[in-house]
Amino acid sequence: MSGAQLIIAALALPLAGAAGIAICGRWPNLREAVTLVTAIALFAAVLGLLPGVLRGAVPQLFVLEMLPGIALGFRVEPLGMLFALVASGLWIVNSIYSIGYMRGNDEPHQTRFFVCFALSLAATIGVAFASNLLTMFLFYEALTLITYPLVTHHGDAEARAGGRSYLGYLLGTSIVLLLPAIIATWAIAGTLEFTPGGILGAASSNATVGLLLALFMFGIGKAALMPVHRWLPAAMVAPTPVSALLHAVAVVKAGVFAVVKVIVYVFGVQALAQVRTADWLPTVAGFTIIAASIVALRSDNLKRRLAYSTVSQLSYVVLAAALLTPLSVVGAVVHIAAHAVSKITLFFAAGAIYTASGKTEVSQLDGIGRRMPWTMLAFTIGSLSLIGIPPAAGFVSKWFIFAGAAAAGKYVALAVLGVSTLLNAAYFLPVVYAAFFRPPPRGDAAHGEAPWTMIAAMTATSMLVLGFAAYSGVPLALARALAGG
Amino acid sequence: MIFAHLPALEVVVPLVAAPLTVLVRRSSVAWAVATAACTFSFIAALLLTAEVAAHGPISYHIGSWAPPWGIEYRVDTLSAFVLVLVSGMAAVVAPYAWRSVAAELPRDQVYLFYTMFCLSVAGLLGMTITGDAFNLFVFMEISSLSSYVLIALGRDRRAQYASYQYLVLGTIGATFYVIGLGMLYLATGTLNIADLAQRLQHVENLRPVLAGLAFITVGISLKLALYPLHLWLPNAYTYAPSAVTAFLAATGTKVSVYVLLRFYFSVFGFRLVAETLPMPEILLVLSILAIVSASLVALFQTDLKRLFAYSSVAQIGYITLGMSMASRDGLTAAVVHLFNHGITKGALFLLLGGVALRSGRAGLDRVRGLGRSMPLTSVGILIAGLSLIGVPGTAGFVSKWYLALAAIEAGRWWLAALVVATSLIAVAYVWRFVEAAYLSEPDARTPAPGESPLAMLLPAWALVAATVYFGFDTSYTVAAARAAAALLLGGAP
Repeated sequence: MSGAQLIIAALALPLAGAAGIAICGRWPNLREAVTLVTAIALFAAVLGLLPGVLRGAVPQLFVLEMLPGIALGFRVEPLGMLFALVASGLWIVNSIYSIGYMRGNDEPHQTRFFVCFALSLAATIGVAFASNLLTMFLFYEALTLITYPLVTHHGDAEARAGGRSYLGYLLGTSIVLLLPAIIATWAIAGTLEFTPGGILGAASSNATVGLLLALFMFGIGKAALMPVHRWLPAAMVAPTPVSALLHAVAVVKAGVFAVVKVIVYVFGVQALAQVRTADWLPTVAGFTIIAASIVALRSDNLKRRLAYSTVSQLSYVVLAAALLTPLSVVGAVVHIAAHAVSKITLFFAAGAIYTASGKTEVSQLDGIGRRMPWTMLAFTIGSLSLIGIPPAAGFVSKWFIFAGAAAAGKYVALAVLGVSTLLNAAYFLPVVYAAFFRPPPRGDAAHGEAPWTMIAAMTATSMLVLGFAAYSGVPLALARALAGG
Repeated sequence: MIFAHLPALEVVVPLVAAPLTVLVRRSSVAWAVATAACTFSFIAALLLTAEVAAHGPISYHIGSWAPPWGIEYRVDTLSAFVLVLVSGMAAVVAPYAWRSVAAELPRDQVYLFYTMFCLSVAGLLGMTITGDAFNLFVFMEISSLSSYVLIALGRDRRAQYASYQYLVLGTIGATFYVIGLGMLYLATGTLNIADLAQRLQHVENLRPVLAGLAFITVGISLKLALYPLHLWLPNAYTYAPSAVTAFLAATGTKVSVYVLLRFYFSVFGFRLVAETLPMPEILLVLSILAIVSASLVALFQTDLKRLFAYSSVAQIGYITLGMSMASRDGLTAAVVHLFNHGITKGALFLLLGGVALRSGRAGLDRVRGLGRSMPLTSVGILIAGLSLIGVPGTAGFVSKWYLALAAIEAGRWWLAALVVATSLIAVAYVWRFVEAAYLSEPDARTPAPGESPLAMLLPAWALVAATVYFGFDTSYTVAAARAAAALLLGGAP
């Protein structure tokens, strides 16, 4: 199939899958089969685009002109390629896990859940392949709206409150900050197409660039730069597979993806490096890294701790991109993939603990490693990766980010990264220690491992984390193509 | 042959259909006559649009009396665009009325509904197509009088009060318009719009002209419900029969906006309006007040029809805001929003009519669990609501884009910020519906309703589909609006 056909397939497959899931709603086994088949087909379609992109081809698809001069169009460049690979690949694992979780916990509205999941993947692919800011914005907003029913899945007062924060922060930032930024870009540059080297050019003054950068960075609320991060912990009311979707597969990744894309293709790395008014960004990102880590350290609720860990890790990507050196941009891109596989493992583990034992707090986890060795082993692997211990995935990306910061002589950034590594260790390792080396409290209900599908999914992502170095050639090649281009 | 008389037929067919419905009396025949007439007008409007696009503006002389003595009908890009909106809405609402009106009105009054509906359609189309300022007044009265009756037909007894309120304010508005027109006639001696525009250029004594401008502004502003002259609107929209609310919300105020645009840009010329009087500033302030205050009031309504009525006042504020900027993008935003908001609100009120049919009235307490009991209706309301917010992929986004673009290009960042920030209030009031429909369990107050009848659902969903379609493919709406903006800025036709 040609590139354009594969793009159509990648966009249409999840949509068709959603329709199929809705139709098969009455037969759960068939419905789950549709989900899995769709996920595998989507991954295959995205994979089909990879060889061409690695060779330097840029598959394109023009659909129609939405506004005069602004197309609804798609173009697969290296960064979008990587994001689509991560999202579609992890969707397969996440689906296997979801099936176990939804059945194990007897969740209501399972059909709606799987339909929205498939639709959110369509939106994610749209974000990944968008050829201009307007198309990206369209799918970015669609992703917010389609994940809303997932976040408010339980439909109770708590879910409604969490949904309000989720929607309030994400729609609020995107409408009030991101949309004006896009319109202003159109007014200044006369184009919205993502172009290597940026589109703002010399037409804009330093002050304008600084203002636009602020509008973009805080407008992309999904990247959870402080102070627009509050939606992430609020969205923890959702079932765990949704948290995994938000944190690893789609939502926050769409955020940092958009951040890197805007910096590389709208501002231009070299152009932005000339502008003094962009200097605030590493500071804000650095602050978010440290502050979120401290909050994570103080959270007893496991999912909340993971959520703040995500806030912190996302700012690694933002910081790395904002350092504006080729090496750090490579680090930013690889970290999107590395954090995705690590964080999804951690959330899978948290969900498995909840399903098997009903426990949600860190302080309840004493000795749980004896009952759920597989789960806690996976948790340990994810933790080590995010701390940055070789050969796990997180090490590879952190290496590039450190190298980029050192090459640029940004010692403050280096210090931030160092402190944050210690903080990561401080909030992950006690969990691991308690699980394996503390005796379980007396009178603890006897329980075993979680359902086997969840274990299988966790094992798979753990392998991805450990084997990252083995297949890191692909993300690295894509990242280099981006940073060099 | 017939083709040459299309401009006249556009108005005459619904006008003649009105007495026909009285003659036949049988509600089903009256319905058929009205639907056929509205459909004809819609097709004629499309043909006229094609003709204007191909050969430029059409000037049609009624009875072959040449203007400025005779009455001229004039179709250009702007009026053709509004004709399509009005007749298109009529053609959608008429089939809808079949079930909706039968349920809401006593049987012996049903034919009267179609009579008044045809008159209202004819009046609005006439206001749009005519090139004669006094003829415009006549059509304005036809559409107003018929809409007073239409509103009074509402089931709730408060409909009569609402109609009376509208009658008093509407009559004041029409009177102001005719007084202003008298002053212009005094100064120029003509009533033809094109002729007026030309002769006004040479008028030495501006005082009566400015007085006329003031009277006309206030008169039309009453009809278009410009803040703070909107007080008639919420009651009228809330208590009128569902089909009437949908039709008036989508067309009535929009045609008045069109008339104001015509007078400001074609008759007076914006230089006169802007330089001798601070009209842009006044419009700007009133628009902002309309957007902010009406949106906030909408937030606290418990009746969905009233909620979206207040939202209409706010949305009209967006239209006049675009108008006040008087730039190419500002006017494009105003004209395109006139259309986009028309179809969006039309869809909303048609769907709410279905809710009212099934559960008595469209209160927020009646839509609990609606997502399950009336899935198509509530998804439709959700999509139209997203268009009100201005989510990309819906018609409302296109309007918001041009409005914010116009503000940024004029260097008014604060105004762009205001435009986008106020759509968050729309998020809040649309989400009150979403939380009720999807995140609340139905309780004792909500009878378990089935989906609306297909005869109501199909027209409503046609508009919902249009809302999405015009969010993606803007080649018709934006091109027409840009051409209209160029026409208006080009001065007198």
